Amino acid sequence: MIASLSARHSWFEATARARLAGLLDPGSFAEILPPVASQPSPHLARLDLPGAFDDGVVVCHGELEKMPIFAIAQEGQFMGGAVGEIHGAKIVGMLRRAAQEKPAAVLFLIDSGGVRLHEANAGLIAISEIMRAVLDTRAAGVPVIALVGGSCGAFGGMGIVAKLCSAIIISEEGRLALSGPEVIETVAGVEEFDSKDRALVWRVTGGKHRYLMGDCAQLVDDDIAAFRAGAADFLAGWQEPAPTPALLRTAQQSLENRLAAYGEMRDGLEVWAALGIADPSAVPLLDRDELVSLKEGLPT
Amino acid sequence: METLEFRFDSKPASHAADPALCGVVGSGNLEILVKPGIEPGACAICIKTSARGFGETWQAVLGSFAASHAAGGTLIAINDMGATPAVVTLRLAQALAEYQGGAQ
Amino acid sequence: MSLNATLDALFPTGHTVAVDRQVLTGTAETATGTVTVLGTTDAAAIDHRMALALAACVLDTVEQHPGRALVFLVDTSGQALSRGQELLCLNGSLAHLARCVDLARRQGHPSIALVTANAVSGGFLSFGLMADTAYALADAQVRVMDLRAMARVTKIAHERLVELAATSPIFAPGADSYVRMGAIEAIWPGPSAELLDNALADVADACAAGDQRQARGVARGGRQLAAGIVQSVVNSPALV
Repeated sequence: MIASLSARHSWFEATARARLAGLLDPGSFAEILPPVASQPSPHLARLDLPGAFDDGVVVCHGELEKMPIFAIAQEGQFMGGAVGEIHGAKIVGMLRRAAQEKPAAVLFLIDSGGVRLHEANAGLIAISEIMRAVLDTRAAGVPVIALVGGSCGAFGGMGIVAKLCSAIIISEEGRLALSGPEVIETVAGVEEFDSKDRALVWRVTGGKHRYLMGDCAQLVDDDIAAFRAGAADFLAGWQEPAPTPALLRTAQQSLENRLAAYGEMRDGLEVWAALGIADPSAVPLLDRDELVSLKEGLPT
Repeated sequence: METLEFRFDSKPASHAADPALCGVVGSGNLEILVKPGIEPGACAICIKTSARGFGETWQAVLGSFAASHAAGGTLIAINDMGATPAVVTLRLAQALAEYQGGAQ
Repeated sequence: MSLNATLDALFPTGHTVAVDRQVLTGTAETATGTVTVLGTTDAAAIDHRMALALAACVLDTVEQHPGRALVFLVDTSGQALSRGQELLCLNGSLAHLARCVDLARRQGHPSIALVTANAVSGGFLSFGLMADTAYALADAQVRVMDLRAMARVTKIAHERLVELAATSPIFAPGADSYVRMGAIEAIWPGPSAELLDNALADVADACAAGDQRQARGVARGGRQLAAGIVQSVVNSPALV
């Protein structure tokens, strides 16, 4: 069922709490360490900045189509969704709890530029702990699904975390990468990456490109209900695989093949052409359903 | 960052629901947490704000809010990143409404 | 100290480590047995080729040498900054490398990382910080970003950052901060076979204990909040 435009609630525009309200079954949201029980970060206070009670991340129980799930939702509007000591610890705690309690899944709403520079070392170490915790939770048999579609995308260490998850569900507005285009432009020049060329940024790091390349399992509309339906559909058909040498060797081969095939390219248009798409320049104009049909029709 | 504290008389809020949070601490924005306070006829407010020197403006905006809304019996905590008086007033109203379980 | 001098000091009885475009791989003999040695040199900017070469080396060890320890030598200026690298999802190759190191741990291969010169950001995350235990040489540079760049991005005065960095390891660049925060076990005055052998003897315990870095951060006073928050989240009831 396609929601009418007037009924759409943009994931991109929504706060973390609004996303959770639309993602989870009504009335099932149950927050852990709610704002009333929390203090803002003393590290930000020392730098003369007001913090947030939840330090920019909400962790909760809930249900998705009656399946018990845990959710972690980063607030991209607070400090670029970036990871500080408290923020990171809440995420690690929730992942560890999931490895013990084994809900049907962890939904990880990533909206982050990575390490919070104001707490640089604490943020880097926290992301490292999150990386291990995601893998431990998955090894316990619990899928961890990343949902990416906010203004900060999934960048930096959180871009690495996203790729450690069982799968990524992304919207056209979402972006997934490691270094921000501005940083690349500052260091390597505008010829290398013109960060003001939005169309280019999305052809290199955006949801449609990542979906066509197979780095994301699903492409959904910028709509909270679409993310909800996408997550539920995905989980219905997913069995979390145990980490084995054979599995990782297959991934290794696939990544080496990809590097060999596309390693000299610099624009999504070139990759899409190589994937067998007849008119790559039309890709940015296709809507979500058209793009999914296109991908499903590609030679494998 | 500046920390400001105020107390205003205010008509008692109707029976409280759970603590209510409204808004996010983004540029030009603020978050407001409303929870039960000790004095039924007063509203105690603590603000942490990135913009220094606006004590009088906060006094005026909050005082006006407390006078025109039933906000007594609450403790209000605010983390502010430079919101305008209009945004502050809007968020206060939203937070209070949610605190009272949607009733005004 | 040159890489060769470092290798000779760590492995005086011999090693086969070779370098291919800043990626080093090979084996070496230690008091506890043969180990796989792998990593980067010359402040390498990690790209897909390097991440995949390191991952392949980890997988080779897991497939062919049950129980063999991994010794990572880390010298990276962070990730490669390039449009072409981002096009192919560089975060994905770094994640794959991290998964391989994690797999090695699960399959019973202990791992140690030694920062020989530089360890920065994403480069450090993908293998150094995934090892069971990490060490750093005394003059190693370990950081997310230098304070001047941090001042530009955060718009906080450089002088203020310098002042706070003197007393807080939370953002102060340097291996000391990472020791105090629990991510680096110790700083070595120089590379030595004896220190390495001790580390290898200790690491089996670390491998089995799970990620202990938060507890160490509290014990050493550098990271006082994280461990308690994790415990609170794990133990608290959910509130509707």
